Order: sequence, then structure tokens, then C-alpha cells
Amino acid sequence: MTETDLRTGSPALDFPQDRTCPFQPPQEYTELREHGPLAKVRLFDGRPAWLVQGHAEGRALLADQRLSSDWGHPVFPVVVQRTEGRGGLAFPLIGVDDPEHARQRRMLIPSFGVKRMAAVRPMIQRDVDRLLDAMLEKGPTADLVSGFALPVPSLAICALLDVPYSDHDFFEERSRDFVGAKTSAEADAAFGQLYAYLHGLIQRKQAEPGDGLLDELIAVQLAEGALDLDELTMITLVLLVAGHETTVNAIALGALTLLQHPEQLEMLQRDPGMISQVVEELLRFTSVSDFMVRMAKEDIEVGGQTIKAGDAVLVSITLMNHDEASYEDPYTFDVRRNARHHVGFGHGIHQCLGQNLARAELEIALGSLFARIPGLKLAVPLDEVPIKAGHDAQGPIELPVTW
Amino acid sequence: MDARETGSAPRITVDRDRCIGAGQCVLAAPEVFTQDDDGLVDLLPGHEDAAGDAHVRDVPMACPVQAVTISDG
Repeated sequence: MTETDLRTGSPALDFPQDRTCPFQPPQEYTELREHGPLAKVRLFDGRPAWLVQGHAEGRALLADQRLSSDWGHPVFPVVVQRTEGRGGLAFPLIGVDDPEHARQRRMLIPSFGVKRMAAVRPMIQRDVDRLLDAMLEKGPTADLVSGFALPVPSLAICALLDVPYSDHDFFEERSRDFVGAKTSAEADAAFGQLYAYLHGLIQRKQAEPGDGLLDELIAVQLAEGALDLDELTMITLVLLVAGHETTVNAIALGALTLLQHPEQLEMLQRDPGMISQVVEELLRFTSVSDFMVRMAKEDIEVGGQTIKAGDAVLVSITLMNHDEASYEDPYTFDVRRNARHHVGFGHGIHQCLGQNLARAELEIALGSLFARIPGLKLAVPLDEVPIKAGHDAQGPIELPVTW
Repeated sequence: MDARETGSAPRITVDRDRCIGAGQCVLAAPEVFTQDDDGLVDLLPGHEDAAGDAHVRDVPMACPVQAVTISDG
């Protein structure tokens, strides 16, 4: 008999697991395939959860508004200890459902449009060139994370929002403390400092406006009463943290993946026009944002199972992007493949707002890195590269390189 | 519903109420889709003959919120 209740039968695995190879899913995840498109897993607090691994099923679920992203719900699933006891603190955009989500997103989408992002490319290129100049001057060794992967998105999101880059050390550290905190007390402390900084910045900007997205939001939405100071501070915090925590990892893990696949890298170096295709395959293959957390608001029949109202649902971006039903030989990195419909940026109403900024950053950063330093190589063996834990954005903590 | 559509078959229909401004349509088929000043999907003039194009055919799948549909008349 097929067991369709989450609370009966035993979970197949504790979730999440850490990767061992930085760019391959943990071995334990690949063994989950035998459970079909939805497997049962157990969270750190003992709560059972559905893990969605089928590409088609995951896309259907991420687009299904019966699944909630309301982090403020008292029994919203908790995947990492640091977010325990945070019930009631709803993060704008990522932690709310429609119609609130739509109201917030609509204020921001004109600023993240395809044309607008194309227009910021020269600025990103200038920053990337400067960072590479500095790296080459100091070389022939570097930590590619702190010297390159981190400042690229940090400079870009600061310029876009018009947040002073001179403060970047402060908010990068707090941001890292916030997403990497071990306890909710540590996370709260980092969050409090980030909040106070941005709250003060917005008040200063009200008196002395600049020319970024934040200033536009102050001049239009805040002035017209569509947003209050608290909501604008929270939106800015989400944009700032989301704007670099993910892209840092995508650049660093992207570079590492290319370094470990020299024949693929050579194809890119011979034909730099391939860069956007290479980036899409990297987004699929590396799946930096490993999973999405949801909670069912109603019963949902999917993949031969019944998700019941109140069930925890984890949508595995990594496993969806490695589903053999959608991608041939999915565990092979192949820059020639068509990686379309990958869910590296998610799917449904919460699909990444900054995806076209991220694409621009990745294409320029990785394209320029391997054009300017064609002899780049890893300075330590692959298994000595320290990597993030399974619940974090996936990527190297440090990436020692030489040339 | 604020929908814009073509007059002849096959028809491309966009639903601007659903649109979240992800821009997947513009990336896939920039000759057919654009984003207006609000960042929302719009159809470009001259798109009427393009509904059979492979890139355009892919857009309903690429759109994260099913805001684009193609019907065969």
C-alpha cells in the first residue's frame, strides 16, 4: 500500500544534508529518487516534511497559491535553528503571500526590468575590471571569494539602491552574521543592527535624497503613503541581503565549477559569446539556492501523494534541476546543453526579483575573470576548499586561486 | 482582466494582472515581448506572425506565473 500520510511511515532522511563535493548534491539526496517525486524527510526539530524532487511536480507546486510562504504563520516550518521563535516577523516579498506580496513586488519590478538591468551592465563591467586589476596587481594568488565574488554583487546592489559602498564592511558582516547565525539570539542581534542602519539611512535620505532605487521608493511610495518607514526599511534589508548572499555564491561556485571542468571552460574561452548559455547551465547545475520552504494552506494532490493542509513542504531546487525526466545526464556539467526551465531562480510568484541583475553580474564577472586570467587555477586540492552547510546558500567559504 | 491579445490564429495572450515582471518572455523572444514602464509584460507591434516561432512557443512554459498563453485559434 502506498503511504500517503506525512505522519505515518518513517522519514527517509534528515534534511538538509551537507554537500561533500561543492557542486554536486549530497549522495543521500540522489538516493531519495526511489521515493518518487515527493519524499518524506525530517527537519532538525523532528517535524516531518515533504521534499519535492520532481521537476514538473515542483514547478506545479511553486506556482500553486495553496502553498504559503507566510513566514509569520505560527507553525510555518523552521529549517534552521537560527529562525526558531521568529514567528510573527514577516519579511516583505519573500515571507508573505499575495495580495501583500503582489503589492510590494509591483512597487519594485519597474526597477528590475530587463532593459533597466541591461543599462547597468557598463557599471558592473567597470567594477569587475577594477577588481581584476587589483587582483592581478597583488597576485599571483588570491581568495576569489573575498577578493572578487563578494565585492561584485555588493558594489552592484549598493549602486542600484544608492546605499553608500563605504559602509559595505558593516552590512556585509551583519548580513553574513544574520544568515549564518547558529542561534536565533545571534540572528536577532545581527538583524537589529542591519535594521537600525537602514532605518537611519532612509531618514538621512529623506533629508538629502540621492539618485538610487531607494530614493525613488522614498520619493514616490513613502511620500504617497503606499509604504511606511518600517516596511521600506524591511524591503531594503531584504533587497540588500538577497542582492549579495546568493550572487556571491553563484560567482564563486560558478568559477570553481568551470575550473574543475577545463574542457568546458576551454569552450567558453574559445567562444566568449557562449557566456549566457554557460551561466544558465551553471544556475541549473550548481543550484546555489538549494531549497525553498513552504506550508500547505489546503490539501493538494500531487505526484501520487496528498499534501495535507498544514504540512511542511520543502521544494528541492537542486533535485528538480537534476531530474532525469527533464535533463539528460543531469549530473554532468555540459555548457552545450539547453538548461531552459531550470529553477535556479525559483518559480511562481516568488521567482527571483533580481534574476536579471544576477545574470548580468554572473555573465560579466565570470566572462571577464577567465578572459583576463586565462591561466587561473585552484591553489589547493578540491577537497580542501571549505564549503557552506546544507541549509545555507551553497558555495565555497574561501576559494584560494593562483595563476 | 487586463489582457492584450492578437486578432488572428494562433493567438498570443498576455495577462498583466498575473505578471510579476520576471522578464522570461523578453529574454526568450525579445521581438515579441517587452516590458512597459511598470515592468509588466506587453506585446510588441508586429508580433502577430510570431506565435509559431519555437522561442515564442516556449514562453508559456518559461513564464513563472502562466501569464502568457498561446492558443491555436
